[in-house]
Amino acid sequence: MYRQGSRLLMRATAADGARLRVTAGSRPASQAFSTEVTEAPAVDSSFLEAWKKAAPNIDPPKTPLAFMKPRPPTPSSIPSKLTLNFVLPYQSEISNKEVDMAIIPATTGQMGVLPGHVATIAELKPGVLSVHEGNEVTKYFVSSGFAFIHANSYADIVAVEAVSLDRIDPSLVQKGLADFTQKLNSAVTDLEKAEAQVGVEVHSALNAALTG
Amino acid sequence: MATVNEKQRTTGLKTSAFTKTVVRGKAAVRIMEKRKGERVFNGSDKIRNRMKSVRNIQKITKAMKMVAASKLRGVQTKTENSRGLWQPFVALLGDGFSVDVKKNVVITVSSDKGLCGGINSTSVKVSKALTRVYSGPEKETKYVVLGEKGKAQLVRDSKNRIELTISELQKNPLNYTQVAVLADDILKNVEFDALRIVFNKFHSVVSFPPTVSTILSPEIVEKESEAGGRLGDLDLYEIEGGETKSEVLQNLSEFQFSCVLFNAVLENGCSELGARMSAMDSSSKNAGEMLDRLTLTYNRTRQASITTELIEIISGASALEG
Repeated sequence: MYRQGSRLLMRATAADGARLRVTAGSRPASQAFSTEVTEAPAVDSSFLEAWKKAAPNIDPPKTPLAFMKPRPPTPSSIPSKLTLNFVLPYQSEISNKEVDMAIIPATTGQMGVLPGHVATIAELKPGVLSVHEGNEVTKYFVSSGFAFIHANSYADIVAVEAVSLDRIDPSLVQKGLADFTQKLNSAVTDLEKAEAQVGVEVHSALNAALTG
Repeated sequence: MATVNEKQRTTGLKTSAFTKTVVRGKAAVRIMEKRKGERVFNGSDKIRNRMKSVRNIQKITKAMKMVAASKLRGVQTKTENSRGLWQPFVALLGDGFSVDVKKNVVITVSSDKGLCGGINSTSVKVSKALTRVYSGPEKETKYVVLGEKGKAQLVRDSKNRIELTISELQKNPLNYTQVAVLADDILKNVEFDALRIVFNKFHSVVSFPPTVSTILSPEIVEKESEAGGRLGDLDLYEIEGGETKSEVLQNLSEFQFSCVLFNAVLENGCSELGARMSAMDSSSKNAGEMLDRLTLTYNRTRQASITTELIEIISGASALEG
């Protein structure tokens, strides 16, 4: 059935292939299908043995490591550029881009990340993320998320929502801020207080981003 | 002249050539009247009914294939865009696949609707095999099932191990907020040391292998990082933000869960549509083949019945001439 299915659906897969080729330039290599990435030998042999004992007739399932390009090890000297990955749930905003510096809004304040930065896990608060590449600076307003900086000068920023600053409407920001401050004052339960608090934080950060 | 012929017919005398043609013509008219009015019971109408229903099935399955193909195009872009989401986590924490823990929770992602080939069975088979692999003294494995088809299969023999079932996930187009709420629900209700999400990863329209993504609870992450190994480098990372390391790790683990679950549900949705496309395609092809065979049988039956009637006419006519 699958043999004939593949013959009949060759048109469909050719279309998929065309789409792949078209977007290959914009998509990062790390997101390539596993046919282009060799299976990393990271699947534990002890696990494979246990699997064979428990389920000898079923192929062992794949794991995410098999689908990801392995990261380079920590180089001995500090590299000149920072490789940045900025991902959102619905899009990879920046993937494997070489930049000079990134300023991320961590909960402890704005953090500048340069190549050779010490390995860090940072929790993000709502604020402005700016990416510096040569003379150009790209700014995004980030709602929240996490940032991982690895020792090999790879930085991963995972955010829930990010918009570029020119898409924010200042009047709506003011209105939202006023709304949530009022809700915070009139909140009764803990949950309402927490929600209102979150709203106030985000809107004041938006305000600061627009003015500062 | 007509009366003379009739008399001759009843007495069985030889008739002229003209009379023969008249007799044959009248008999043919009678048979044609029969066909218009009565039902000639020779099995051909049964075959005709079967052909009609098979043709309808072929149309329906073709339509279902088109619908699945058009839905697939939309979901596929979303899925490909969400693929970058779990990669930072795996780069940081590695793949927790081989980590042995006491409390495993297997989250099986399946579909709500059927007619999608064998993907739900493969997911359930892999989940059950995982339970066996991770079984042992003092260890327990529980299930959380997303989707009706997985629930139907797992309820049969693992009813008491199912903690939570969630259905109607694909009713509205998926977005991250919805999945985040779902992840929150699961985290609140289920105790776990490790979460294993079983889903079908979408490679192409004909290939969707089952995949397992692991998320370790913050306590296990700490334990593993102290023990060294893959997560051993975690200690080298400075923690920014939050009051304590464990709080940050807790947030990290929850965030990782929602991201990985989002990607898993999207990939499974894509695989479901791809599987449905190929299943409906082979179904309409089979219906076409069946229709061909039925048409041949129908024609054969029809021709046989016509031959029989012709024989009747001709033998009747030749009997009349003497």
